[in-house]
Amino acid sequence: MKRYSAFAIAREALRGHTGWDRAWGSPQPKDRYDVVIIGAGGHGLATAYYLGKNHGVKNVAILEKGWLGGGNTGRNTTIIRSNYLQDASAAIYEKSRSLYETLSQDLNYNVMFSPRGVMMLAQTQHEIRGYRRTAHANALQGVATEFIGPQRVKELCPIINIDGPRYPVLGALWQPRGGTARHDAVAWGYARACSAMGMHVIQKCEVTGVKTEGGKVTGVATTRGDIACGKLGIVVAGHSGVVAEMAGFRLPVESVALQALVSEPIKPCMDVVVMANTVHGYMSQSDKGEMVIGGGADGYNNYTQRGSFHHIEETVRALVETFPMISRLKMLRQWGGIVDMTGDRSPILSKTPVEGVFINCGWGTGGFKAIPGSGWGFAELMAKGASPLTAEFGLERFREGRFIDESVAAGVAH
Amino acid sequence: MSTRLASGGRLLDRSKAVDFTFNGKRMRGFAGDTLASALLANGQTLVGRSFKYHRPRGIVASGAEEPNALVNLGQGPRHEPNQRATTTELFDGLRATSQNHWPSLEFDVGVINNYASRFLPAGFYYKTFMAPRPAWKHVFEPFIRQSAGLGKAPKDRDADIYEHFYAHVDVLVIGGGIAGLAAARQAGAAGARVLLIEQTAHWGGRAPVDGAEIDGMPAAEWVNDTVEALEAEENIRLRRRCMGAGIYDHGYVMAYERLGDHDPQEGLPRHRLWKIRAKQVVTATGAIERPLSFAGNDLPGVMLAGAIRDYVVNWGVSPGDRTVVVTNNDDAYRTALALKQAGLEVPAIIDARPAPASPLIQAARDLGIKVETGRAVAKVKGRARVEGVAVSAQAGEGAALQDITCDAVAMSGGWSPVVHLWSHCGGKLVWDEENAHFRPDVARPPIGADGAGFVRAAGIANGAMGTRDVLADADAQGRAAALACGHKRRKKTAPSAAAEEAAPLEPVWLMPQGAGAALRAKMWLDFQNDVKVSDVQLAAREGFESVEHTKRYTTLGMATDQGKLSNINGLAVLSQSLNEEIPQVGTTTFRPPYTPISMGAIAGEARGAIFQPLRRTPMHDWHAENGAYWEPVGHWRRPYCYQRPGESVEEAVQREVRNTRENLGLLDASTLGKILVKGADAGKFLDMMHTNMMSTLKPGRCRYGLMCTENGFLTDDGVVARIDDETFLCHTTTGGADRIHAHMEEWLQTEWWDWKVWTANLTEQYAQVAVVGPKAREVLDLMGGMDLSAGALPFMGWADGQIGDFKVRVYRISFSGELSFEIAVDAHRGRAFWDALLEAGAGFGVMPYGTEALHIMRAEKGFIMIGDETDGTVIPQDLGLDWAISKKKTDYLGKRAQERTHMTDPDRWKLVGLETLDGSVLPDGAYATAPDSNANGQRNVQGRVTSTYHSPTLNRGIAMGLVKHGPDRMGEVLEFPRTDGGKAAVKAKIVSPVFYDPDGEKQNV
Repeated sequence: MKRYSAFAIAREALRGHTGWDRAWGSPQPKDRYDVVIIGAGGHGLATAYYLGKNHGVKNVAILEKGWLGGGNTGRNTTIIRSNYLQDASAAIYEKSRSLYETLSQDLNYNVMFSPRGVMMLAQTQHEIRGYRRTAHANALQGVATEFIGPQRVKELCPIINIDGPRYPVLGALWQPRGGTARHDAVAWGYARACSAMGMHVIQKCEVTGVKTEGGKVTGVATTRGDIACGKLGIVVAGHSGVVAEMAGFRLPVESVALQALVSEPIKPCMDVVVMANTVHGYMSQSDKGEMVIGGGADGYNNYTQRGSFHHIEETVRALVETFPMISRLKMLRQWGGIVDMTGDRSPILSKTPVEGVFINCGWGTGGFKAIPGSGWGFAELMAKGASPLTAEFGLERFREGRFIDESVAAGVAH
Repeated sequence: MSTRLASGGRLLDRSKAVDFTFNGKRMRGFAGDTLASALLANGQTLVGRSFKYHRPRGIVASGAEEPNALVNLGQGPRHEPNQRATTTELFDGLRATSQNHWPSLEFDVGVINNYASRFLPAGFYYKTFMAPRPAWKHVFEPFIRQSAGLGKAPKDRDADIYEHFYAHVDVLVIGGGIAGLAAARQAGAAGARVLLIEQTAHWGGRAPVDGAEIDGMPAAEWVNDTVEALEAEENIRLRRRCMGAGIYDHGYVMAYERLGDHDPQEGLPRHRLWKIRAKQVVTATGAIERPLSFAGNDLPGVMLAGAIRDYVVNWGVSPGDRTVVVTNNDDAYRTALALKQAGLEVPAIIDARPAPASPLIQAARDLGIKVETGRAVAKVKGRARVEGVAVSAQAGEGAALQDITCDAVAMSGGWSPVVHLWSHCGGKLVWDEENAHFRPDVARPPIGADGAGFVRAAGIANGAMGTRDVLADADAQGRAAALACGHKRRKKTAPSAAAEEAAPLEPVWLMPQGAGAALRAKMWLDFQNDVKVSDVQLAAREGFESVEHTKRYTTLGMATDQGKLSNINGLAVLSQSLNEEIPQVGTTTFRPPYTPISMGAIAGEARGAIFQPLRRTPMHDWHAENGAYWEPVGHWRRPYCYQRPGESVEEAVQREVRNTRENLGLLDASTLGKILVKGADAGKFLDMMHTNMMSTLKPGRCRYGLMCTENGFLTDDGVVARIDDETFLCHTTTGGADRIHAHMEEWLQTEWWDWKVWTANLTEQYAQVAVVGPKAREVLDLMGGMDLSAGALPFMGWADGQIGDFKVRVYRISFSGELSFEIAVDAHRGRAFWDALLEAGAGFGVMPYGTEALHIMRAEKGFIMIGDETDGTVIPQDLGLDWAISKKKTDYLGKRAQERTHMTDPDRWKLVGLETLDGSVLPDGAYATAPDSNANGQRNVQGRVTSTYHSPTLNRGIAMGLVKHGPDRMGEVLEFPRTDGGKAAVKAKIVSPVFYDPDGEKQNV
């Protein structure tokens, strides 16, 4: 792998950019790999990357039905934060956030992690109490957050309307090292790094069956032939239930479409990420100048990655109220992504009833921010059979009632 | 130099001059102009700067597809960025400024990016800016953000208003060109209710410009006649300036009507969002012309051939004195003819086809226009605008055969049907080899709930080429749409037009075909985002083989025009680079809206005070007039306290608590949920909904009940009153009323549909007042009418009766620990009853109290509050509420869940009271630390504060919390670290959660 740098660009510029390598290979599937990961989204690629980097497992294939990074990795609103309430959540999201801090350098690929700060507005007394609690929890979890007053909110985000007639801003939970990253680049950077380690990222390769012998996984059937493996990781977000069924077990997961939209680009006017849970909406401004806006999840289960309108209307209404200046901006594009929701809205990183099969799913509306931490922990789980980061996220928790419920801290999709 | 022609312009009213400014320069146009045509008429060919390289940009199109001519429009509260000049109708006083440059449009420092462009290929930013690490946030990113973006951000609250419309129709026809008119005409004739919408201000689309003849008359005349006839039909509605924005599942369509953009007026809505339910949708959305990829195709003065024709014919504008036409199809010849007819020079038509022959080509030759076949534009000459073209062979590498001096270039790469709306809801496309475009695959339309297609494309949007075929197809689609809705009235004769003979188009994706690297780096695909042929080729080389990867890597098609001009050309370059066929590479996904629509229109009327419905109790106005400090609870607003002049919020709360404990307090409890549950199985039902046994409750009695989710977690609480054998009234929390009602209905409708139970949410039917305090009975006795003695109405009983002039229902319940009567009256009597209580209470020191006093008093009593002691992870057993969980019942919602191992774990945190050693108030939400850290390096904890207040009654801080083994650790001291600075942790002792009147002597009198 040739390193990327300003010098490399200058060198290539002089020969018409004809010397750039492929960012990742286009290999033919081998008959067998030590580990097969289904799903070349952010989580699947990160898992493979840390399997190689941390555990020396490099005979790995990552199989992708479509194009890599084409699911929720390429559809989310790019927010990164770790101001979670419950210990297990804060641990994995903070691990993830801290990995994002150096990810560009680790991968030699600029993922544009921008720790511009994330604030969650408190607009009711109840939210104030909730966020004060989160701030206390975060302090003990090693997550840097603070509860700030309305004037500080206004300083950090001048376009916000803190005196709204219906829901004045009473304060906010502020995470200064939260922020955003370029979502596609995260998938591309990991894919390039995996490829450089000799792993096979195989696109347009749909898994059609999971093969087992005596309760133990032996391989997968795909549209490009059978592939044997020692261990299998299922990392397919919205379609987790479908793939789990191939392996012969069921998941406590529902799939719904989550809605998002962007405005036309304008000159910079908002440097932080703002989430307003009472009115249901959140917004940030991309480096291209678009206002990136997240809405809610549709109220019915489905697999169509299609935009619907009612949540868009609700969200835009809330944001016009919170940021009155956006009224004269225009919605450029809306879309939907399929998110996999568990009963407690926390992820599953777990062994499964089939020996050698591991599942990483259930990230719901919050998966992008978790990609490096999820990959780190899941790789450890797959390599060693256990990881402190994933210990609380096992499938058995639903049977035991050991829920990790963040609902008190996050009213809406994130 | 572009200018206004002395005559012509079918859409102009030359008798009405219109004054406007561009970058402060005063200019004049005519009524009927768009901003784009007026700018061209005033010689303004440079209108903006591109996104990445800040290259000079001119108008390239004449409609919604325009990528370059985006301007800031208006000022202050009416400032709007990124307005397309081509779709902005000119009005008097319009003020436009150009975008994305500093210090000026003509001299832009950002153009340095252009000179450095070889160092800034597609995706360069992924490969650099990585060291030193902090520089990304502090140096590189701010620079990139500043140089990106387009228009200026608005600063003020929007001064305009917006509204929503709803429409239900049989057939919605989108597009008012001849295809849309023909489809609407036939669908209407069949008897369908038809809505026809057109995004521009004019009916007829391109046909009048192209000079077609329909039914033996000029197209413009046919259009006028047809519109007149349709307007006369009562089952057909027509709307101009109304764009089909998006098609969603089940025939749901958003349309965007621009009411005030062309004629701004105070007090009238600017935009209107139509929410349409249509049984059938006909998309007669026309086609968009493709640019050709030759070097320098982005210079101001290079325009789409069809757009140049529009400017000449519609607006009497000459885009240049000498216009070279370059094409791969016949249609551009019409532009040459139109220019010639307007008296302008066409030095040559450069036709990439080797030997095309058709009547149009002959007509051009007959007018003396030189037609150069098999030729290409090798490159356009000029820096800030077109000065000439170098002509080469199309088959070669671009060696110049001749130079032609010109000041405009009209280019046409063929026409692509507008398939966006067809595709929004899952309609599939096929590649049409003959015309080199994607068109709707009629075999795979968007599918409705009945499994049949509900969208039909019509006319050129369906791939029909030429007036005759367009009309025939649109007529058939209109008829079919009406039939699909069950309307079968007799058919009208289809409009007819003569067949046109045309030479076939030849796809040209690179011009010339063998162009070398230097030329390819100057061939623009996406004009706004500065994506060139070389960028797409680089992406393909680096492995971005999916069209989505290429789009995202190069930003092709991600600009405000969403690739309307660039997508097909980019796709073709990508497929050539990959050696694959275009249909194998496929398109990116078409997403709503078709063109951007204002956020204001999406939000509609719901803004400011009416942003969400505001629920008011009958006493709301009294609260507002008497110093209420509001707290939003659900859609209600409740008084947090009533502030007196000179009093802080905290002081008001303390006063209200003290007065209620000592004298008499009134609480507006109207917001509490009141759900009536009735029927033979009502008792059985409530036994399932609640942890308690409700079926044994006697009429006339009340019981405090708990409700859990099926996962066992406590979700709501409230007092249940049994009205009679079959009727219960369930009180819920204020925020829980709607949720609990829905929860009940969900179980009744999905699981116990055969039980005889009905529910009704009566929350707003009653006004309810809690009369609280040692003098509560005295004041009610003074009002008279009802025996409220402990013997007549004991604690936890209720009775109907009369108090003063009011018919009342009195509940003897207490959430404060004081003697308390909660009294319900009909909602319309609420305010009068409240006033009567205040009057009667005057002698007893009556004072209303708010929600915070309520919270403090319940905490003093050790009563839990849903949302404070519970958070979705707490079960009743954690809160010492085992007494409210029936041991006799075989089942209730949450019972099995509560038997799971983690739920019965003795290590669960349990409810206790907490008292700080120094009497201070514990911080909200603080955690009690335990020794050491966990495997993830987080500090171990053993409990947390759930509620914390200063108690005026005890004059000290009191708190409730959940603590590991808490009830077994009475007297133990815990440490709660603070987050408000470096102070030492707060120490608090574990005590009983009941701080006040543990034996209930005050309430049970």
